[in-house]
Amino acid sequence: MPKIVVDVMPKAELLDPQGKAVAGALARLGNDAFTGVRVGKRFELTVDGPVDGDVLAAVRQIADDLLSNSVIEDVVGISVVDETGTHDGVSASGALA
Amino acid sequence: MTRVGVVTFPGSLDDRDAQRAVRFAGAEAVALWHGDHDLQGVDAVVLPGGFSYGDYLRCGAIASHSPIMREVVSAAERGVPVLGICNGFQMLTEAHLLPGGLIRNDHGSFICRDQVLRVENASTAWTSAYEVGQEITIPLKNGEGGYIASAETLERLEGEGLVAFRYVDVNPNGSLNAIAGVTNERGNVVGLMPHPEHAIEAGFGPDTKVAMRSGVDGLAMFTSALQSLLAV
Repeated sequence: MPKIVVDVMPKAELLDPQGKAVAGALARLGNDAFTGVRVGKRFELTVDGPVDGDVLAAVRQIADDLLSNSVIEDVVGISVVDETGTHDGVSASGALA
Repeated sequence: MTRVGVVTFPGSLDDRDAQRAVRFAGAEAVALWHGDHDLQGVDAVVLPGGFSYGDYLRCGAIASHSPIMREVVSAAERGVPVLGICNGFQMLTEAHLLPGGLIRNDHGSFICRDQVLRVENASTAWTSAYEVGQEITIPLKNGEGGYIASAETLERLEGEGLVAFRYVDVNPNGSLNAIAGVTNERGNVVGLMPHPEHAIEAGFGPDTKVAMRSGVDGLAMFTSALQSLLAV
């Protein structure tokens, strides 16, 4: 069954306290090669039939209305993963907003 | 008698405290249920604190799409007073009834303290029993109470007097401009992170200089709504 993957990240200009906490843990573990960490979310939506334009339009709408809050987050990617597991990037709808 | 609805969501914690605050202010508290489409004809609505739907997705996000919230949004648009406390404030921003959003505290920890606030706008439905500039002490308890908004929104909030409450002395969660609560243009919708319903009865409120746990500064938020409804 095809899967549609929606990636959401906290807005770049906003503080990401979760990422800051992870960065702190990395530093404590001696991983000093990383200068920053940001934590986002990945949603996997499964559909029964083919992923056509209507489905993708619906996903873009859902991504903006429910999966993300445009005040604090950006939708950074929407992609389709087929049965074989290959990724097919569709668009970064955050750029459309 | 004025009837004030308090909505219970799965994961609400302070709904009964809010109902009690409503009764202390002299109104009838009406229990409302998140899954209903019925506001039971109440005159005002309180969205209480807690962790609705386990804070899944984002704080208040799933609650903001619950059946009762559709009714709350249309009531708010008709001018019905709506107060969102803590998780209720998060719901009001998610429902776009109030501008901005709430994110995890900048220091990363849950915080619980008696917090001093300054009343910045005393002409809303929920603040009219206070004076502008009055300092009040009510409990604050949150993990995701950092108020944020775009630079333009902040400028508009400050310029139009839509900041209802501001943190004094300590900014406990990294809120921009130390904003603790905001109102909409009409002044009927107010949201804040601290909990007025926990400072309504001597013996159970924050400590004051006079006596332990004698703080009742939160009660005026509820009496404000009653007065504003009677004034209409």
